[in-house]
Amino acid sequence: MTQAISVEEIKAAMEAAVPGCRAEILRNESPSAQHSLLIDHEHAVNVAAFLRDDMALRLDFCSCVSGVDWPDREITEKVKVKKTVTTPEGEAQEQDVEETRKTMIPGFLEAVYHLFSIEKKHGPVVLRMRTVNRGGDARLPSLTPVWRSAEFQEREAFDLYGIVFEGHPDLRRILMWEGFADYPMRKDYVPPAEDDVEAVAK
Amino acid sequence: MDQELKIELSKHGIFTTTFEELYNWGRKNSVWPLTFGLACCAIEMIATTMARYDLARFGAEVFRASPRQADLMIVSGTVTKKMAPQVVRLYNQMPEPKYVIAMGACAISGGPFRDGYNVLKGIDRYIPVDVHIPGCPPRPEALMHAFITLQKKIDAQQLTGEERPRHLKANEPSEFPVPEFGEHGLEPAQNPDVFHPLRILGQ
Repeated sequence: MTQAISVEEIKAAMEAAVPGCRAEILRNESPSAQHSLLIDHEHAVNVAAFLRDDMALRLDFCSCVSGVDWPDREITEKVKVKKTVTTPEGEAQEQDVEETRKTMIPGFLEAVYHLFSIEKKHGPVVLRMRTVNRGGDARLPSLTPVWRSAEFQEREAFDLYGIVFEGHPDLRRILMWEGFADYPMRKDYVPPAEDDVEAVAK
Repeated sequence: MDQELKIELSKHGIFTTTFEELYNWGRKNSVWPLTFGLACCAIEMIATTMARYDLARFGAEVFRASPRQADLMIVSGTVTKKMAPQVVRLYNQMPEPKYVIAMGACAISGGPFRDGYNVLKGIDRYIPVDVHIPGCPPRPEALMHAFITLQKKIDAQQLTGEERPRHLKANEPSEFPVPEFGEHGLEPAQNPDVFHPLRILGQ
């Protein structure tokens, strides 16, 4: 299948149809060039309904919902800064000094939706949504009301990543049991230690 | 009984045996496995029972669909943590004497999924295993070898004395605790009466 309509066109159509919606194109520079659209929370359901119902797009099939964990990361940059340095002779002199700066980028959780059109035979269109953070505010609007096939996969993303999909009809754990406290697909998950090897003194 | 005397008597057309031999001979040739499979190893187990490999030659032709009628549990495949309580419960429901073959890398140790959050690191953490078969999956020949190994084990069992098997000792357990779903994994993580950690000699 080929991508008949470019992401730029989809973004323009989306913004025209849903007033106030904010979409951002995330480019994929690899040969696959599957660029994706990052959409905001408030208009996500309307945008999704538009993508499904628009006569030109007709993205009637949501094939895949994935969770992605982006942990907090630190970026170290080397910046050249002009500084006034006092030389041994006692003169004030302006010099270029290299400084390392560390910037903390807070982590978030992401849901990725792959959409196809069975009717128009095009796709995938990749839709993404990001949570505010990885802790208590890991919430996203559910797209299950628009694509029924997202129901179990959103449950799976909830189960393994802890993304709470608001508006989901039946948000329960699907693979792990009720009462399980962890989210095992998160990067910082550590499985419980099991002592199956015992060191014995000689 | 003296083996030479036995052979001598059989030359004269007199068949002698002991109750123990007769009992074990009967049991080892009618081991009925429980019908259940957990993963890809189950396909090899099914192949073993089919015409090409024909496990029926060894008396294990009837796979029973009820644990109440089964003697042997072939744990064929990955035991997930979600499935482990059911496997232990099925084992508890089997009548004594009962045996377990852990088939394949997953059933004996967790195999390639050992470091996963969802896989039990070997069924021998909860129930006593008689024969372990490595392999991923083991070939039908390996399962038959394990089965013959089990038959040899049954044949060598004594009915009396200290060496008698577990099911003939009144104070030995026949049922094992079923693990429960906890917040971070199964609780308990293993049954210390059954599972003994690998001991490595350190300095």
